[in-house]
Amino acid sequence: MPINLKIENKVVVEKIAKLAEHSHIKALKGFFIEMAELSIFTLRFFKEALKPRYEFKELIKQAYLIGYKSFPLVAITGLIMGLVLTIQSRPTLAEFGAESWLPAMVAVSIVREIGPVITALIFAGKVGSGIGAELASMKVTEQIDAMEVSGINPFKYLVVTRIAAATFMLPVLVIAADAISMYGAYIGVNLKGDVSFHLFFLEVFAKLSFSDVFPALIKTVFFGLAIGLIGCYKGYNADKGTEGVGKAANAAVVYASLMVFVIDMIAVQVTSLFS
Amino acid sequence: METVVEIEHLKKSFGNNHVLNDINLKIERGENMVVFGKSGSGKSVLIKCLVGLLEPDEGKVVILGNEIAKLPTEELNVLRKKIGFLFQSAALYDSMTVRENLEFPLRDLKKKPQAEIDALVLETLTSVGLEDAMDKMPSELSGGMRKRVGLARTLILKPEIILYDEPTTGLDPITSKEISQLILDVQKKYNAASIIITHDVECARITANRMVVIKEGQCIAQGTFNELSASTDKWVSSFFK
Repeated sequence: MPINLKIENKVVVEKIAKLAEHSHIKALKGFFIEMAELSIFTLRFFKEALKPRYEFKELIKQAYLIGYKSFPLVAITGLIMGLVLTIQSRPTLAEFGAESWLPAMVAVSIVREIGPVITALIFAGKVGSGIGAELASMKVTEQIDAMEVSGINPFKYLVVTRIAAATFMLPVLVIAADAISMYGAYIGVNLKGDVSFHLFFLEVFAKLSFSDVFPALIKTVFFGLAIGLIGCYKGYNADKGTEGVGKAANAAVVYASLMVFVIDMIAVQVTSLFS
Repeated sequence: METVVEIEHLKKSFGNNHVLNDINLKIERGENMVVFGKSGSGKSVLIKCLVGLLEPDEGKVVILGNEIAKLPTEELNVLRKKIGFLFQSAALYDSMTVRENLEFPLRDLKKKPQAEIDALVLETLTSVGLEDAMDKMPSELSGGMRKRVGLARTLILKPEIILYDEPTTGLDPITSKEISQLILDVQKKYNAASIIITHDVECARITANRMVVIKEGQCIAQGTFNELSASTDKWVSSFFK
Protein backbone atom coordinates (compact mmCIF):
# COMPACT_ATOMS: atom_id res chain seq x y z
CA MET A 1 0.00 0.00 0.00
CA PRO A 2 2.67 2.60 0.90
CA ILE A 3 4.49 1.74 -2.34
CA ASN A 4 1.33 2.33 -4.38
CA LEU A 5 0.72 5.59 -2.58
CA LYS A 6 4.27 6.64 -3.37
CA ILE A 7 3.82 5.78 -7.05
CA GLU A 8 0.47 7.60 -7.18
CA ASN A 9 2.01 10.67 -5.53
CA LYS A 10 4.85 10.61 -8.03
CA VAL A 11 2.38 10.49 -10.91
CA VAL A 12 0.41 13.41 -9.46
CA VAL A 13 3.59 15.42 -8.88
CA GLU A 14 4.74 14.70 -12.43
CA LYS A 15 1.35 15.79 -13.77
CA ILE A 16 1.44 18.99 -11.72
CA ALA A 17 5.02 19.66 -12.86
CA LYS A 18 3.98 19.13 -16.46
CA LEU A 19 1.00 21.46 -16.03
CA ALA A 20 3.18 24.05 -14.29
CA GLU A 21 5.75 23.79 -17.05
CA HIS A 22 2.96 24.19 -19.59
CA SER A 23 1.47 27.20 -17.80
CA HIS A 24 4.94 28.77 -17.44
CA ILE A 25 5.55 28.35 -21.15
CA LYS A 26 2.10 29.75 -21.84
CA ALA A 27 2.73 32.75 -19.56
CA LEU A 28 6.15 33.34 -21.12
CA LYS A 29 4.66 33.10 -24.60
CA GLY A 30 1.91 35.54 -23.57
CA PHE A 31 4.52 37.94 -22.21
CA PHE A 32 6.53 37.94 -25.45
CA ILE A 33 3.40 38.33 -27.57
CA GLU A 34 2.32 41.29 -25.41
CA MET A 35 5.78 42.86 -25.70
CA ALA A 36 5.72 42.45 -29.47
CA GLU A 37 2.25 44.01 -29.68
CA LEU A 38 3.29 46.91 -27.45
CA SER A 39 6.35 47.49 -29.64
CA ILE A 40 4.19 47.57 -32.78
CA PHE A 41 1.79 49.94 -31.00
CA THR A 42 4.73 52.20 -30.05
CA LEU A 43 6.07 52.25 -33.62
CA ARG A 44 2.60 53.05 -34.91
CA PHE A 45 2.41 55.95 -32.43
CA PHE A 46 5.62 57.52 -33.78
CA LYS A 47 4.55 56.92 -37.37
CA GLU A 48 1.10 58.47 -36.89
CA ALA A 49 2.46 61.32 -34.73
CA LEU A 50 4.78 62.50 -37.49
CA LYS A 51 2.22 62.23 -40.28
CA PRO A 52 -0.25 65.09 -40.92
CA ARG A 53 -3.03 65.85 -40.09
CA TYR A 54 -2.09 67.09 -36.62
CA GLU A 55 -4.86 67.12 -34.02
CA PHE A 56 -3.76 70.30 -32.19
CA LYS A 57 -7.20 71.10 -30.77
CA GLU A 58 -7.56 67.65 -29.21
CA LEU A 59 -3.93 67.75 -28.03
CA ILE A 60 -4.55 71.01 -26.16
CA LYS A 61 -7.77 69.61 -24.68
CA GLN A 62 -5.94 66.49 -23.49
CA ALA A 63 -3.03 68.56 -22.14
CA TYR A 64 -5.58 70.52 -20.10
CA LEU A 65 -7.35 67.37 -18.86
CA ILE A 66 -4.18 65.40 -18.21
CA GLY A 67 -1.94 68.20 -16.96
CA TYR A 68 -3.98 71.00 -15.44
CA LYS A 69 -6.55 68.67 -13.86
CA SER A 70 -3.77 66.63 -12.23
CA PHE A 71 -2.10 69.70 -10.73
CA PRO A 72 -4.00 69.83 -7.38
CA LEU A 73 -3.18 66.19 -6.62
CA VAL A 74 0.45 66.61 -7.62
CA ALA A 75 0.74 69.86 -5.62
CA ILE A 76 -0.61 68.31 -2.41
CA THR A 77 1.62 65.25 -2.85
CA GLY A 78 4.63 67.49 -3.52
CA LEU A 79 4.04 69.63 -0.42
CA ILE A 80 3.70 66.56 1.84
CA MET A 81 6.73 64.95 0.19
CA GLY A 82 9.00 67.92 0.99
CA LEU A 83 7.62 68.33 4.50
CA VAL A 84 7.92 64.65 5.46
CA LEU A 85 11.36 64.19 3.92
CA THR A 86 12.66 67.18 5.89
CA ILE A 87 11.10 66.09 9.18
CA GLN A 88 12.40 62.52 8.76
CA SER A 89 15.93 63.56 7.75
CA ARG A 90 16.50 66.14 10.48
CA PRO A 91 17.22 63.73 13.42
CA THR A 92 19.82 61.76 11.44
CA LEU A 93 21.60 64.90 10.28
CA ALA A 94 21.35 66.39 13.78
CA GLU A 95 23.23 63.36 15.15
CA PHE A 96 26.21 64.37 13.03
CA GLY A 97 25.74 68.06 13.68
CA ALA A 98 24.94 68.56 10.02
CA GLU A 99 21.51 70.18 10.23
CA SER A 100 22.73 73.00 8.03
CA TRP A 101 22.95 70.49 5.18
CA LEU A 102 19.22 69.82 5.41
CA PRO A 103 18.04 72.19 2.62
CA ALA A 104 20.68 70.99 0.19
CA MET A 105 20.18 67.30 0.96
CA VAL A 106 16.40 67.51 0.65
CA ALA A 107 16.69 69.54 -2.58
CA VAL A 108 19.04 67.04 -4.24
CA SER A 109 16.88 64.08 -3.14
CA ILE A 110 13.72 65.69 -4.43
CA VAL A 111 15.06 66.98 -7.73
CA ARG A 112 17.07 63.90 -8.65
CA GLU A 113 14.80 61.10 -7.55
CA ILE A 114 11.83 61.50 -5.24
CA GLY A 115 10.07 64.32 -7.12
CA PRO A 116 10.11 62.68 -10.57
CA VAL A 117 9.34 59.14 -9.33
CA ILE A 118 6.56 60.00 -6.85
CA THR A 119 4.93 62.43 -9.30
CA ALA A 120 5.14 59.83 -12.07
CA LEU A 121 3.54 57.20 -9.83
CA ILE A 122 0.71 59.58 -8.90
CA PHE A 123 0.37 60.45 -12.59
CA ALA A 124 0.27 56.75 -13.55
CA GLY A 125 -2.48 56.16 -10.99
CA LYS A 126 -4.61 59.08 -12.09
CA VAL A 127 -3.90 59.53 -15.79
CA GLY A 128 -2.84 56.00 -16.80
CA SER A 129 -5.96 54.42 -15.34
CA GLY A 130 -8.14 57.24 -16.70
CA ILE A 131 -6.85 56.80 -20.25
CA GLY A 132 -7.10 53.00 -19.99
CA ALA A 133 -10.68 53.09 -18.74
CA GLU A 134 -11.83 55.80 -21.17
CA LEU A 135 -10.46 54.14 -24.30
CA ALA A 136 -11.61 50.69 -23.16
CA SER A 137 -15.16 51.92 -22.60
CA MET A 138 -15.09 53.64 -26.01
CA LYS A 139 -14.00 50.35 -27.52
CA VAL A 140 -16.68 48.35 -25.70
CA THR A 141 -19.45 50.75 -26.74
CA GLU A 142 -18.23 50.72 -30.38
CA GLN A 143 -17.35 54.44 -30.33
CA ILE A 144 -13.89 53.68 -31.75
CA ASP A 145 -15.49 51.61 -34.54
CA ALA A 146 -17.92 54.48 -35.18
CA MET A 147 -14.99 56.86 -35.61
CA GLU A 148 -13.28 54.45 -37.99
CA VAL A 149 -16.35 53.97 -40.20
CA SER A 150 -16.75 57.77 -40.38
CA GLY A 151 -13.39 57.81 -42.17
CA ILE A 152 -11.58 59.34 -39.17
CA ASN A 153 -8.37 57.76 -37.90
CA PRO A 154 -9.18 56.94 -34.25
CA PHE A 155 -5.56 56.08 -33.48
CA LYS A 156 -4.43 59.55 -34.45
CA TYR A 157 -7.33 61.33 -32.76
CA LEU A 158 -7.49 59.33 -29.51
CA VAL A 159 -4.13 57.65 -28.99
CA VAL A 160 -1.54 60.04 -30.42
CA THR A 161 -3.03 63.07 -28.66
CA ARG A 162 -3.22 61.35 -25.27
CA ILE A 163 0.33 59.96 -25.40
CA ALA A 164 1.73 63.29 -26.59
CA ALA A 165 -0.15 65.17 -23.85
CA ALA A 166 1.13 62.77 -21.17
CA THR A 167 4.69 63.10 -22.51
CA PHE A 168 4.59 66.92 -22.53
CA MET A 169 2.68 67.45 -19.30
CA LEU A 170 4.50 65.13 -16.88
CA PRO A 171 7.78 67.11 -16.98
CA VAL A 172 5.79 70.31 -16.35
CA LEU A 173 4.03 68.68 -13.40
CA VAL A 174 7.34 67.39 -12.03
CA ILE A 175 8.83 70.90 -12.14
CA ALA A 176 5.78 72.19 -10.28
CA ALA A 177 5.90 69.31 -7.77
CA ASP A 178 9.62 69.88 -7.15
CA ALA A 179 9.05 73.60 -6.51
CA ILE A 180 6.15 72.90 -4.14
CA SER A 181 8.20 70.19 -2.40
CA MET A 182 10.93 72.74 -1.76
CA TYR A 183 8.37 74.99 -0.17
CA GLY A 184 7.22 72.01 1.93
CA ALA A 185 10.85 71.45 2.93
CA TYR A 186 11.15 75.13 3.88
CA ILE A 187 8.10 74.74 6.16
CA GLY A 188 9.63 71.52 7.57
CA VAL A 189 12.94 73.22 8.33
CA ASN A 190 11.15 76.04 10.12
CA LEU A 191 9.09 73.73 12.31
CA LYS A 192 12.11 73.32 14.59
CA GLY A 193 14.30 76.15 13.46
CA ASP A 194 14.40 79.62 12.04
CA VAL A 195 15.71 79.82 8.51
CA SER A 196 14.73 82.69 6.25
CA PHE A 197 13.15 82.00 2.87
CA HIS A 198 16.08 83.71 1.14
CA LEU A 199 18.74 81.72 3.01
CA PHE A 200 16.91 78.42 2.51
CA PHE A 201 16.73 78.80 -1.24
CA LEU A 202 20.27 80.18 -1.40
CA GLU A 203 21.40 76.89 0.19
CA VAL A 204 19.21 74.88 -2.16
CA PHE A 205 20.46 76.49 -5.37
CA ALA A 206 24.08 76.49 -4.20
CA LYS A 207 24.06 72.69 -4.12
CA LEU A 208 21.88 72.00 -7.12
CA SER A 209 23.68 71.72 -10.42
CA PHE A 210 22.72 71.26 -14.06
CA SER A 211 23.59 67.56 -13.79
CA ASP A 212 20.97 67.18 -11.05
CA VAL A 213 18.15 68.90 -12.89
CA PHE A 214 18.60 68.00 -16.57
CA PRO A 215 18.82 64.16 -16.40
CA ALA A 216 15.91 64.13 -13.95
CA LEU A 217 13.78 66.13 -16.36
CA ILE A 218 14.75 63.99 -19.33
CA LYS A 219 13.66 60.83 -17.55
CA THR A 220 10.25 62.36 -16.77
CA VAL A 221 9.70 62.69 -20.53
CA PHE A 222 10.18 58.92 -20.79
CA PHE A 223 7.98 58.34 -17.74
CA GLY A 224 5.18 60.35 -19.40
CA LEU A 225 5.64 58.54 -22.70
CA ALA A 226 5.52 55.13 -20.99
CA ILE A 227 2.43 56.01 -18.92
CA GLY A 228 0.58 57.36 -21.97
CA LEU A 229 1.62 54.43 -24.15
CA ILE A 230 0.63 51.75 -21.66
CA GLY A 231 -2.67 53.45 -20.78
CA CYS A 232 -3.60 53.81 -24.45
CA TYR A 233 -2.38 50.31 -25.38
CA LYS A 234 -4.40 48.65 -22.64
CA GLY A 235 -7.51 50.72 -23.37
CA TYR A 236 -7.35 50.52 -27.16
CA ASN A 237 -6.91 46.73 -27.08
CA ALA A 238 -9.43 46.02 -24.32
CA ASP A 239 -11.56 42.92 -24.60
CA LYS A 240 -15.25 43.31 -25.12
CA GLY A 241 -17.46 43.78 -22.10
CA THR A 242 -17.44 45.88 -18.96
CA GLU A 243 -15.00 43.47 -17.33
CA GLY A 244 -12.50 44.50 -19.99
CA VAL A 245 -12.80 48.17 -18.93
CA GLY A 246 -11.85 47.37 -15.33
CA LYS A 247 -9.05 45.09 -16.44
CA ALA A 248 -7.65 47.72 -18.81
CA ALA A 249 -7.68 50.44 -16.14
CA ASN A 250 -6.06 48.15 -13.60
CA ALA A 251 -3.40 46.81 -15.98
CA ALA A 252 -2.61 50.36 -17.16
CA VAL A 253 -1.76 51.48 -13.59
CA VAL A 254 0.18 48.34 -12.67
CA TYR A 255 2.32 48.17 -15.81
CA ALA A 256 2.82 51.95 -16.03
CA SER A 257 4.01 52.05 -12.39
CA LEU A 258 6.35 49.13 -13.03
CA MET A 259 7.71 50.86 -16.14
CA VAL A 260 8.42 54.02 -14.11
CA PHE A 261 10.79 52.01 -11.90
CA VAL A 262 12.37 50.20 -14.87
CA ILE A 263 13.00 53.49 -16.70
CA ASP A 264 14.29 55.04 -13.48
CA MET A 265 16.79 52.20 -13.06
CA ILE A 266 18.00 52.60 -16.65
CA ALA A 267 18.18 56.39 -16.28
CA VAL A 268 20.33 56.07 -13.14
CA GLN A 269 22.75 53.77 -14.98
CA VAL A 270 22.93 56.08 -18.00
CA THR A 271 23.41 59.18 -15.82
CA SER A 272 26.18 57.55 -13.81
CA LEU A 273 27.92 56.55 -17.06
CA PHE A 274 28.03 60.17 -18.21
CA SER A 275 28.91 61.65 -14.85
CA MET B 1 -30.42 49.79 -61.82
CA GLU B 2 -26.90 50.45 -60.57
CA THR B 3 -25.35 47.84 -58.28
CA VAL B 4 -23.74 49.63 -55.32
CA VAL B 5 -22.77 46.63 -53.17
CA GLU B 6 -21.50 43.36 -54.54
CA ILE B 7 -20.47 40.49 -52.26
CA GLU B 8 -18.92 37.39 -53.81
CA HIS B 9 -18.06 34.14 -51.99
CA LEU B 10 -17.46 35.94 -48.69
CA LYS B 11 -16.03 33.79 -45.92
CA LYS B 12 -15.05 34.77 -42.39
CA SER B 13 -14.05 32.55 -39.47
CA PHE B 14 -13.00 33.17 -35.89
CA GLY B 15 -10.84 30.16 -35.01
CA ASN B 16 -12.94 27.10 -35.75
CA ASN B 17 -16.15 29.11 -35.80
CA HIS B 18 -17.06 29.61 -39.48
CA VAL B 19 -19.34 32.65 -39.19
CA LEU B 20 -19.74 33.51 -42.87
CA ASN B 21 -19.59 30.65 -45.31
CA ASP B 22 -19.82 31.68 -48.97
CA ILE B 23 -22.13 34.69 -48.95
CA ASN B 24 -23.15 36.15 -52.34
CA LEU B 25 -25.27 39.29 -52.51
CA LYS B 26 -25.96 42.27 -54.77
CA ILE B 27 -27.68 45.48 -53.67
CA GLU B 28 -29.02 48.11 -56.05
CA ARG B 29 -29.08 51.88 -55.54
CA GLY B 30 -32.15 53.00 -53.59
CA GLU B 31 -32.95 49.48 -52.41
CA ASN B 32 -33.66 48.46 -48.80
CA MET B 33 -32.37 44.96 -48.17
CA VAL B 34 -33.16 43.30 -44.87
CA VAL B 35 -30.79 40.61 -43.65
CA PHE B 36 -32.68 38.28 -41.37
CA GLY B 37 -31.32 35.56 -39.13
CA LYS B 38 -30.91 34.21 -35.64
CA SER B 39 -28.58 35.92 -33.15
CA GLY B 40 -25.02 34.77 -33.81
CA SER B 41 -25.75 33.86 -37.42
CA GLY B 42 -23.12 36.30 -38.70
CA LYS B 43 -25.31 39.25 -39.73
CA SER B 44 -23.26 41.89 -37.92
CA VAL B 45 -20.01 40.30 -39.09
CA LEU B 46 -21.29 40.65 -42.65
CA ILE B 47 -21.78 44.42 -42.46
CA LYS B 48 -18.52 44.90 -40.54
CA CYS B 49 -16.75 43.21 -43.48
CA LEU B 50 -18.42 45.70 -45.82
CA VAL B 51 -16.79 48.74 -44.16
CA GLY B 52 -13.44 47.12 -43.50
CA LEU B 53 -13.90 46.83 -39.72
CA LEU B 54 -13.28 43.11 -40.20
CA GLU B 55 -11.11 41.57 -42.87
CA PRO B 56 -12.71 38.67 -44.78
CA ASP B 57 -10.77 35.41 -45.01
CA GLU B 58 -11.90 34.80 -48.59
CA GLY B 59 -14.12 36.42 -51.17
CA LYS B 60 -14.64 39.87 -52.59
CA VAL B 61 -16.55 42.94 -51.37
CA VAL B 62 -17.06 45.64 -53.99
CA ILE B 63 -18.63 48.92 -52.85
CA LEU B 64 -19.43 51.65 -55.38
CA GLY B 65 -17.00 49.97 -57.77
CA ASN B 66 -14.13 49.74 -55.26
CA GLU B 67 -12.85 46.44 -53.95
CA ILE B 68 -12.50 47.04 -50.22
CA ALA B 69 -9.56 44.68 -49.58
CA LYS B 70 -7.44 46.36 -52.27
CA LEU B 71 -7.97 49.95 -51.10
CA PRO B 72 -5.16 51.78 -49.27
CA THR B 73 -6.23 53.25 -45.89
CA GLU B 74 -6.60 56.83 -47.22
CA GLU B 75 -8.86 55.75 -50.09
CA LEU B 76 -10.81 53.45 -47.79
CA ASN B 77 -11.45 56.40 -45.47
CA VAL B 78 -12.72 58.48 -48.41
CA LEU B 79 -15.05 55.64 -49.41
CA ARG B 80 -16.22 55.20 -45.81
CA LYS B 81 -17.60 58.74 -45.92
CA LYS B 82 -20.05 57.53 -48.56
CA ILE B 83 -21.21 54.71 -46.28
CA GLY B 84 -23.30 55.37 -43.19
CA PHE B 85 -23.25 52.90 -40.32
CA LEU B 86 -25.85 52.93 -37.57
CA PHE B 87 -24.56 50.81 -34.69
CA GLN B 88 -26.82 48.69 -32.53
CA SER B 89 -25.96 50.83 -29.49
CA ALA B 90 -25.89 54.02 -31.65
CA ALA B 91 -22.23 54.43 -30.48
CA LEU B 92 -22.59 58.16 -29.77
CA TYR B 93 -19.41 59.83 -28.51
CA ASP B 94 -20.39 60.24 -24.89
CA SER B 95 -17.97 63.08 -24.13
CA MET B 96 -19.57 65.24 -26.84
CA THR B 97 -22.95 66.97 -27.11
CA VAL B 98 -25.43 65.95 -29.81
CA ARG B 99 -24.29 68.94 -31.91
CA GLU B 100 -20.61 67.94 -31.57
CA ASN B 101 -21.48 64.33 -32.41
CA LEU B 102 -23.01 65.52 -35.68
CA GLU B 103 -20.21 67.97 -36.45
CA PHE B 104 -17.50 65.38 -35.86
CA PRO B 105 -17.79 63.47 -39.19
CA LEU B 106 -17.64 66.84 -41.04
CA ARG B 107 -14.23 67.78 -39.64
CA ASP B 108 -12.23 66.21 -42.50
CA LEU B 109 -14.25 67.90 -45.21
CA LYS B 110 -12.97 71.09 -46.80
CA LYS B 111 -13.31 74.02 -44.42
CA LYS B 112 -16.94 74.98 -44.31
CA PRO B 113 -18.14 78.19 -42.68
CA GLN B 114 -19.57 77.57 -39.18
CA ALA B 115 -22.95 79.00 -40.25
CA GLU B 116 -23.17 76.39 -43.01
CA ILE B 117 -22.25 73.59 -40.57
CA ASP B 118 -24.85 74.86 -38.06
CA ALA B 119 -27.52 74.86 -40.76
CA LEU B 120 -26.58 71.33 -41.85
CA VAL B 121 -26.69 70.04 -38.26
CA LEU B 122 -30.09 71.66 -37.69
CA GLU B 123 -31.47 70.31 -40.98
CA THR B 124 -30.27 66.76 -40.22
CA LEU B 125 -31.54 66.80 -36.65
CA THR B 126 -34.90 68.13 -37.87
CA SER B 127 -35.13 65.26 -40.34
CA VAL B 128 -35.01 62.81 -37.41
CA GLY B 129 -37.29 65.00 -35.28
CA LEU B 130 -34.72 65.94 -32.66
CA GLU B 131 -33.95 69.61 -33.28
CA ASP B 132 -34.54 70.39 -29.57
CA ALA B 133 -31.87 67.93 -28.39
CA MET B 134 -29.00 69.76 -30.05
CA ASP B 135 -27.15 70.75 -26.88
CA LYS B 136 -27.91 67.65 -24.83
CA MET B 137 -25.35 65.05 -23.84
CA PRO B 138 -25.92 61.44 -25.02
CA SER B 139 -26.45 60.37 -21.39
CA GLU B 140 -29.55 62.62 -21.27
CA LEU B 141 -31.21 60.84 -24.21
CA SER B 142 -33.56 57.85 -24.25
CA GLY B 143 -32.76 54.70 -26.26
CA GLY B 144 -34.96 55.79 -29.18
CA MET B 145 -33.49 59.31 -29.18
CA ARG B 146 -29.96 57.89 -29.18
CA LYS B 147 -30.82 55.78 -32.24
CA ARG B 148 -32.23 58.88 -33.97
CA VAL B 149 -29.12 60.93 -33.18
CA GLY B 150 -26.98 58.01 -34.40
CA LEU B 151 -28.97 58.01 -37.62
CA ALA B 152 -28.62 61.80 -37.92
CA ARG B 153 -24.84 61.47 -37.51
CA THR B 154 -24.90 58.85 -40.26
CA LEU B 155 -27.03 61.03 -42.55
CA ILE B 156 -25.05 64.25 -42.15
CA LEU B 157 -22.51 63.09 -44.74
CA LYS B 158 -25.36 62.22 -47.15
CA PRO B 159 -24.20 58.62 -47.63
CA GLU B 160 -24.99 56.56 -50.71
CA ILE B 161 -25.17 53.35 -48.69
CA ILE B 162 -26.49 52.97 -45.13
CA LEU B 163 -25.86 49.95 -42.94
CA TYR B 164 -28.23 49.49 -40.01
CA ASP B 165 -27.15 47.05 -37.29
CA GLU B 166 -30.31 45.96 -35.49
CA PRO B 167 -31.91 49.42 -35.49
CA THR B 168 -34.92 48.48 -33.37
CA THR B 169 -33.32 46.15 -30.81
CA GLY B 170 -34.07 47.17 -27.23
CA LEU B 171 -36.81 49.63 -28.17
CA ASP B 172 -40.52 49.48 -27.34
CA PRO B 173 -42.91 48.58 -30.21
CA ILE B 174 -44.02 52.19 -30.80
CA THR B 175 -40.49 53.59 -30.97
CA SER B 176 -39.44 50.59 -33.10
CA LYS B 177 -42.18 51.45 -35.57
CA GLU B 178 -41.08 55.12 -35.61
CA ILE B 179 -37.47 54.10 -36.32
CA SER B 180 -38.61 51.70 -39.07
CA GLN B 181 -40.69 54.51 -40.61
CA LEU B 182 -37.66 56.80 -40.37
CA ILE B 183 -35.58 54.24 -42.31
CA LEU B 184 -38.22 54.29 -45.01
CA ASP B 185 -38.26 58.13 -45.08
CA VAL B 186 -34.45 58.17 -45.38
CA GLN B 187 -34.65 55.79 -48.33
CA LYS B 188 -37.09 58.09 -50.11
CA LYS B 189 -35.28 61.33 -49.26
CA TYR B 190 -31.68 60.27 -49.94
CA ASN B 191 -32.24 57.45 -52.48
CA ALA B 192 -29.64 55.51 -50.51
CA ALA B 193 -29.18 51.75 -50.64
CA SER B 194 -29.61 50.23 -47.19
CA ILE B 195 -28.72 46.94 -45.57
CA ILE B 196 -30.81 46.44 -42.47
CA ILE B 197 -29.69 43.74 -40.07
CA THR B 198 -32.57 42.71 -37.87
CA HIS B 199 -34.61 39.91 -36.40
CA ASP B 200 -37.61 42.19 -35.85
CA VAL B 201 -40.35 40.97 -38.21
CA GLU B 202 -42.31 44.25 -37.99
CA CYS B 203 -39.20 46.29 -38.90
CA ALA B 204 -38.57 43.95 -41.85
CA ARG B 205 -42.19 44.22 -42.99
CA ILE B 206 -42.07 48.03 -42.98
CA THR B 207 -38.62 48.57 -44.48
CA ALA B 208 -37.74 45.65 -46.78
CA ASN B 209 -37.80 45.80 -50.57
CA ARG B 210 -35.97 42.50 -50.52
CA MET B 211 -34.99 40.10 -47.75
CA VAL B 212 -32.19 37.61 -47.28
CA VAL B 213 -32.24 34.92 -44.61
CA ILE B 214 -28.88 33.79 -43.21
CA LYS B 215 -28.40 30.43 -41.53
CA GLU B 216 -25.04 29.07 -40.42
CA GLY B 217 -23.21 31.70 -42.45
CA GLN B 218 -25.05 31.04 -45.71
CA CYS B 219 -27.92 32.76 -47.52
CA ILE B 220 -30.63 30.13 -47.49
CA ALA B 221 -33.51 32.20 -48.85
CA GLN B 222 -34.12 35.47 -50.72
CA GLY B 223 -37.27 37.29 -51.72
CA THR B 224 -39.77 39.95 -50.73
CA PHE B 225 -41.32 39.99 -47.26
CA ASN B 226 -44.54 38.40 -48.57
CA GLU B 227 -42.65 35.68 -50.44
CA LEU B 228 -40.55 34.71 -47.42
CA SER B 229 -43.41 34.91 -44.95
CA ALA B 230 -45.29 32.41 -47.16
CA SER B 231 -42.23 30.14 -47.39
CA THR B 232 -42.79 26.41 -46.96
CA ASP B 233 -39.30 26.04 -45.44
CA LYS B 234 -39.87 25.26 -41.76
CA TRP B 235 -36.87 27.24 -40.54
CA VAL B 236 -37.65 30.35 -42.62
CA SER B 237 -41.35 30.34 -41.78
CA SER B 238 -40.57 30.00 -38.05
CA PHE B 239 -39.37 33.64 -38.07
CA PHE B 240 -42.75 34.94 -39.19
CA LYS B 241 -44.91 33.05 -36.68
